[in-house]
Amino acid sequence: MTNHFIDFRNADVILNMGGNVAENHPVSFKWIQAAKDKGGILIHVDPRFTRTSAKADIYVRLRSGTDIAFLGGMIKYILDNNLYDEFYVKNYTNASFIVTPRYGFDDGLFSGYNPSLRAYDAATWTLEKDENGLPKRDMTLQDPRCVFQLLKKHYSRYTLQKVTEITGTPGSDLEKVYHAYATTGAPGKAGTVLYAMGWTQHTVGVQNIRAMSIIQSLLGNMGVAGGGVNALRGESNVQGSTDQGLLFHILPGYLPSTRAQWPTLESYNKTTPTSKDPRSINWWKNRPKYVASLLKSFFGENAKKENGFGYDWLPKLDPDQDASWLNLFDEMYKGTFTGFFAWGMNPACSGAHAGKVREALGKLDWMVNVNVFDSETGSFWKGPGMDPKKIKTEVFQLPCAASMEKEGSISNSGRWMQWRYKAANPPGVAKPDGDIMYELFKKVQALYKKDKGAFPEPILNLKWDYETSGHFDIHKVAKEINGYFVEDIPEHPVDQKAYKKGTLVPNFVYLLDDGRTSCGNWLYSASYTEAGNMAARRKKSDPTGLGLYPEWSWVWPLNRRIIYNRASVDLDGNPRNPNRPLLKWDAAGKKWTGDVPDNAVPPMGATGAYPFIMKPDGVASLFGPGLKDGPFPEHYEPLECPIEKNIMSNQRINPVVKIFEGGPDKYLTCDPRYPFVCTTYRVTEHWQTGVLTRWLPWLIEAEPQMFCEMSLELAKLREIKNGDTVMVASPRGKVEAVAIVTSRFKPFNIAGQTVHQVGIPWHFGWLHPKDGGESANLLTPTIGDPNTMIPESKAFMVNVSKLTKQPAKKPTKS
Amino acid sequence: MKISRRTFLKISGATAAGTVVGGLGFDLSPAEVYAQELRIKGAKATTTICCYCSVGCGIIVHTDAQGKVINAEGDPDHPINEGALCPKGGSSFQIAVNPNRLQKVRYRAPYSTAWKDVTWEWTLNKIAANIKKSRDESFLPMNADGKVVNRTKGIASVGSAALDNEECWLYQKFLRSLGLVFIEHQARI
Repeated sequence: MTNHFIDFRNADVILNMGGNVAENHPVSFKWIQAAKDKGGILIHVDPRFTRTSAKADIYVRLRSGTDIAFLGGMIKYILDNNLYDEFYVKNYTNASFIVTPRYGFDDGLFSGYNPSLRAYDAATWTLEKDENGLPKRDMTLQDPRCVFQLLKKHYSRYTLQKVTEITGTPGSDLEKVYHAYATTGAPGKAGTVLYAMGWTQHTVGVQNIRAMSIIQSLLGNMGVAGGGVNALRGESNVQGSTDQGLLFHILPGYLPSTRAQWPTLESYNKTTPTSKDPRSINWWKNRPKYVASLLKSFFGENAKKENGFGYDWLPKLDPDQDASWLNLFDEMYKGTFTGFFAWGMNPACSGAHAGKVREALGKLDWMVNVNVFDSETGSFWKGPGMDPKKIKTEVFQLPCAASMEKEGSISNSGRWMQWRYKAANPPGVAKPDGDIMYELFKKVQALYKKDKGAFPEPILNLKWDYETSGHFDIHKVAKEINGYFVEDIPEHPVDQKAYKKGTLVPNFVYLLDDGRTSCGNWLYSASYTEAGNMAARRKKSDPTGLGLYPEWSWVWPLNRRIIYNRASVDLDGNPRNPNRPLLKWDAAGKKWTGDVPDNAVPPMGATGAYPFIMKPDGVASLFGPGLKDGPFPEHYEPLECPIEKNIMSNQRINPVVKIFEGGPDKYLTCDPRYPFVCTTYRVTEHWQTGVLTRWLPWLIEAEPQMFCEMSLELAKLREIKNGDTVMVASPRGKVEAVAIVTSRFKPFNIAGQTVHQVGIPWHFGWLHPKDGGESANLLTPTIGDPNTMIPESKAFMVNVSKLTKQPAKKPTKS
Repeated sequence: MKISRRTFLKISGATAAGTVVGGLGFDLSPAEVYAQELRIKGAKATTTICCYCSVGCGIIVHTDAQGKVINAEGDPDHPINEGALCPKGGSSFQIAVNPNRLQKVRYRAPYSTAWKDVTWEWTLNKIAANIKKSRDESFLPMNADGKVVNRTKGIASVGSAALDNEECWLYQKFLRSLGLVFIEHQARI
């Protein structure tokens, strides 16, 4: 999130799309209600009428997988009717930037497409620079090659009629939403968007969010109270686990993973983003300081300037290697791995194409499964269709402490890092995860010390000293993440003050690239300082009255509650919305008041620093050349869809998605055997695959089993009654479910054709409860977004048929 | 960790008064407040944050003199949830007190049909030996182009967004020191 949960109350219009906030983030709804109580408008756009729709001022439905068409129409509406925030668009976005004449777009393909590689060469998407390396601009926005004009041209094709044909949303409904949301283009108004996996789990997932980011930038809604682009993340610490780099492509703090083409730290640092524009702060220019400090936190005293701080000891990916989830399980299926950790995860139910995942687990030599409860992953070897006597995989199941049985911090969707205390001991011999990994590594290290082995240096040189009185101490890790000075610094270049060896760094501004500082994650630097554990703070002051609560917990970066907040002020530093001033320049005191400024430079004026400090050009990107599938979002159909032809172009699906072929990977699109669109979702009483909810009596009683929601019309067509058992089938698997026949779903009219959609939750699995049903992911395909490889679980094709079962025999009386 | 129990009682008392008086003709709220308090009287209150979705609601966990969890409820002082919880957060007591919790280290041998209870010491030693074997056998110093990659091909990991920040950081450090590149978790799916 750029903003945070309480900030919802500051919005004039809230758009929840690709999500169901009332049911999946229920408590946050109180802040939506607070906005509504002040006259705010809630819009819900979703294929299914949910409790969010019931509370919405405007609810409209769309077919799963057509969000870019829907939002493309909104971009056109905003531009056609001059509803954008002109000041903001000219000053704070790249609307005025000139695009190279080599850029083009024709019939669904951007320039630079290579069909044999299924990839673009982005060299034709660049922004032009002048002789000094500064971006060429036309502040009148009239140049036909300026971003603004290209944007206008691109979305001129998204007419109401075409959008209706694609989405199935009636034109009058589209206009209702477009009109209501576009009112937030006025400087005194704020609109926010709340999305979830309904936007990410598509082959156009990133571009769904890009489309909305374009709208938010056009309307001046980024960096303001009540605005922003806000991902409602699904897990309590999925923000934090991402921040800490538990993904193949990033090290902690979003530093790119090391790759073979950068064999030395020097070559890695050459990829540091640069800008020749003195008005662009380009914060990423500081990256070398963060990398050097990270390496120090890995290898401590063994990380020396002479050895590139141990850069050699980090594993390198191949130049274009993608080691993400779908590829990981594809490799496992092919037998690449002998060992596997499923730590606090249940991929046998959570992974797309779960049948393939379960088979893949049987090809391992060993698996370590750590969890609070047993799961379909830990016990996969005795699952349906498995013969344990034929499965070689050795399985270790380690019991771990639940969240209230250990100490540590988690980061919510609004980036609030909150400390949790230990309330009780874990049951039996269960231990906190941190203790398990700490002890396990010590065993590994001892083995390598004793017997050596392949390339032992990273293991032997790793800094692993997080003990107090012989016990693992999580506070020591928290301090490692914050960072400290590794030697006395008589005069620090930032403030000319002296700092002692071992002193925790005040924040990441103090990090150095010469090995004199250590920091496990620069983004979290300032979270645990000499002033204490900031995440544990509980002071409820609210000086701005906007609900920022600056002394409650801690927020990355630097306790800044709303990112890019300098975009909320005018060129002189005055709030553009005087009713909700997030930031104000105090000219006399020469400082900002309000939120922690992003960043603490004077107001922009005519020559000062642009507000979007993490972007190389300093402004928001309406034209975004950094993605694999194009600089503007374009509508493509899901891999499996109900219509033979994309109404927008001759490219049916995203032209750069990776297609997994052969083996268990089957797809059928527009196939009469699988005629219905299917989507997955969650219910309030369960969470993810249900490992942490299915074993809880209160919750499993409330939602006991797998179901399939369908419209009255579809039920009639298939002669299904409410409560019947049905079979939901895709080319990859079958799942039994109880039919819920409901007017919450309605058939769509897609270009004159009736299209039915059904929905299923993904909380269940064979292990428990016994009659609870199976995982929805047995049906979903192995296909992902080309940028993130997040699987397309929100739009695929199924069949639904009634299962005629013999009624249970009554016991005969003797 | 200052918990304003008073604030909470004030809120719940007011709610009870509003709903109960009308129906029965007399005020049950003092009794309700008393009953509420009795449940956690003398209990130790510890603050935590909900483990389910990402809203980050504050929860107070109560434990008895033996250290057993006896109650979990919304933290009235927490600025996000102000004491409210959804059905999941409100059920988190049952995570702590649940006979289905994994309480032993279990091992399933190759081709075996059943779990076997084992000790931590035996298990961690065996996992460490497995890691070493898989790593040593699959370690790739250079890729096909002769570029240094120093990575372990034969081991992969998924997890976890259910870990604390400090554990996530420690875990990626552990995995990267082993040379893993197939490091993934819930954020990808």
